[in-house]
Amino acid sequence: MSHRKRIGRGTLATLSGATALSLVLVGCSDSGSSDGAAPTGGGDLVIGVTSDPDTLFPWKATQFQAVNVLQNIYGTLTELDSDMSVVPGLAEEWETSEDGLSLTFHLRSGVTFQDGSAMDSEDVVFSLESIMAEETAAVAAASLAAVESVEAPDETTVVLELASPDASLPANLASVNMAILSSDDTEEELNSQPNGTGPFTFDNRVSSQSVTLVRNEEFWGYPAALASVEFRVIPDESAIVSALQSGNVQMSVFDDPLVAQTAETGEVTVEATAQLSYHALMLNASRGDLADRNVRLAIQCAIDRQEVLDTAALGEGEVTGPITSPAYRSDPQARPCPERDLGQAEQYLADAGLSEVTINAIVSQGEYATSVNEAQNLQAQLAEAGITLELEVLESGAYVDRWVAGDFDAAVALNGGNPDPHGMYGRYFTSDGNLNPVAGYSSPELDDLFARGRAVEDPDERREIYRQISEHLEENAAWIWLFTSYSYTATTSSVQGFTPMPNGSLRFLRTTALTS
Amino acid sequence: MLRTLIHHPVIRRAVASLATLLGVAVFVFVLLRAIPGDQITAALGTEAAALTPQQRSELEAYYGIDQPLVLQFFSWLGNLLTGNLGYSTRSQESVLDLTLAALPITFELAVLAILLALLIGVPLGMLSASRPDSPRDAAGQLVGLAGLSIPAFLLATTLLSVLASSFGFNPNGKAFVPLFEDPALNLQQMLLPSLVLGFGIAAPIMRTTRTAVLEVRSHDFVRTARAKGVGARRLQVRHVLGNALVPIVTMVGLQFGYLLGGAVVVEQVFSVPGIGRQVLLGIQQKDYALVQSTVLVIAAAFVLVNLLTDLAYRLIDPRVRAA
Repeated sequence: MSHRKRIGRGTLATLSGATALSLVLVGCSDSGSSDGAAPTGGGDLVIGVTSDPDTLFPWKATQFQAVNVLQNIYGTLTELDSDMSVVPGLAEEWETSEDGLSLTFHLRSGVTFQDGSAMDSEDVVFSLESIMAEETAAVAAASLAAVESVEAPDETTVVLELASPDASLPANLASVNMAILSSDDTEEELNSQPNGTGPFTFDNRVSSQSVTLVRNEEFWGYPAALASVEFRVIPDESAIVSALQSGNVQMSVFDDPLVAQTAETGEVTVEATAQLSYHALMLNASRGDLADRNVRLAIQCAIDRQEVLDTAALGEGEVTGPITSPAYRSDPQARPCPERDLGQAEQYLADAGLSEVTINAIVSQGEYATSVNEAQNLQAQLAEAGITLELEVLESGAYVDRWVAGDFDAAVALNGGNPDPHGMYGRYFTSDGNLNPVAGYSSPELDDLFARGRAVEDPDERREIYRQISEHLEENAAWIWLFTSYSYTATTSSVQGFTPMPNGSLRFLRTTALTS
Repeated sequence: MLRTLIHHPVIRRAVASLATLLGVAVFVFVLLRAIPGDQITAALGTEAAALTPQQRSELEAYYGIDQPLVLQFFSWLGNLLTGNLGYSTRSQESVLDLTLAALPITFELAVLAILLALLIGVPLGMLSASRPDSPRDAAGQLVGLAGLSIPAFLLATTLLSVLASSFGFNPNGKAFVPLFEDPALNLQQMLLPSLVLGFGIAAPIMRTTRTAVLEVRSHDFVRTARAKGVGARRLQVRHVLGNALVPIVTMVGLQFGYLLGGAVVVEQVFSVPGIGRQVLLGIQQKDYALVQSTVLVIAAAFVLVNLLTDLAYRLIDPRVRAA
């Protein structure tokens, strides 16, 4: 391990990727890896993480750390590029029929699983059918709701027959929750010995200490440069910063801007990446005074979003509208009261026939760094408009319980985004969406718009539909959208070729190399 | 015959210990389920809202929480009696294996911390007691007060970040190695955590030593010993400290038992995969079997340490032996 400390002290950062890579091949093959795997080139990257995966089964993984590990082991039909556009994965290409009711995928040939068996259309049919089956309890089952059947006319072709057109399907299939598994494997086996088609192969796991992956030499794309990647568990974020500074760890991803700030010293650089996830004050329009649109609009007008961002998150982020998917992003100015307007807020309250309103809001403690500060700032701002926000600060388990049950007037929330706007809000704001009871708002117009957005393929037409959806959500103040924040990728100077992504994915570990 | 057996101190002690453990078992079982959320929401977070009723019941069966509580309790207890501590769904390993890996680490940490605490606390206490209310007493008391009042997380984080950023010294940033695999690296990794813990525990040991030494020194036999010409060092160590040991050992026993419960904060900051972290992680993930069984193991260790402390009295103090 003694070599590790020296990694990151080099001055070769200016070398071009190709030269650096060839140097890596000869220069960095120290045998310092604790798992005993003999690196053949590219180096052994250590990533500091606060927790190890809570599951190794891709169809049930929602925890960030689990998704990051599994994404590098498993393959999906489609993948997302750094700009969140859909690119080929295990499927080389795909086409939609004229009526949009049939989606045909052409698989790559010659792809093998890490146990050596071939991946073919039978595995794809097995995987998608299992994900759809209720007894699997796969978390992405709802994304395949439109799929009626999955057929395999030949070894490299898979046809999805749909009940209704679904333009969001290709993007949804890129999730690791849609990983293609071998039809010979079972959940029980994969829980301890993952077997995928991704750029890295599972090597070993020491419970609550580390997970180590090694390069998959048989990967269908360019083989990864790194010989191995170790996700090392260092539970305390400030201890990860120390490990970066002493060179024991070469990479880590932080959410807390304060921690990121302390990490940025000497050898360590920090790159901020705007995230798809968004901070919002969710309002439950089915409860009490909030059922009145005017009350919700009053809240909308009483809040200066930039102030929330500045006080709670050191200004690290951007004010946002509902949709954060890059190709469909909402204009944050296109809303009633883009700037705070207390007079207008008062007017809305008067229209509602109320002079003061009291709302209960749940806030999670510890789920993410800025929650309580956001809540307190919202409370202070709303108080000036005669709206009392009663905060109920809950331990994260208790918060999730209440959230899941939809048992709140308002919730200070950090919700995950999605590269596809239907994937992002279809489940919240359609009247039959599985999260509609939590979202607390729906309307026939929205149902209609979402149905059209799903059916239309043409990008311009889709963008216009989602612009209208965004507008409808804002004009009815379904929720109060606040801001998006950054994730911070800290790397020592030896790390080259990594591209952080807006969904926090570590997909580009496959192009990453270590220089000495 | 039976009556004398029942009243035998060892038997009474054993029965009381078992009752304590059973109480702990019930308590932790109930408490764990009183915490909001279950394994499903711990694993899926807010995504749990999207589960269909059938998906939810499949998951409940998977985690074994579809059974009535009483049944869950007794099947856990029954398994315990056969040495089966349960299975951690999170790490896909038996709780027994996890505990067998974590417990020796915590034990080593506790032993090192106690040694350091004794090394700091006892001499300091004797120094303070040697001239009460003098500057050296004040200095000793000051160190003791610092040990008591500086929070472990602050000392730990400061030590870690200063040493790492200024000297590049950070053995805890490396993958953890067990003692017998690489003793040199292991001791480096244990150095800072045991120092932080030892400093905190040195304080009560220092204060106990000071009080006990002062108390013993006022006894007549000390004056007698001095009168018959016992040397100053021998007097301090053999006569005074020897007789002041009982309260010190009590304190050490208490602190050691407490340390076996896992010094969660210190283990967390220095990434030491001990028993405290195992419990914390289990609570966060609502890994019921893991938490229940580990807490019970900790409780058993605590009971055992108390028993050993009592036995130690008999070795140190002939008066206890006689009674």
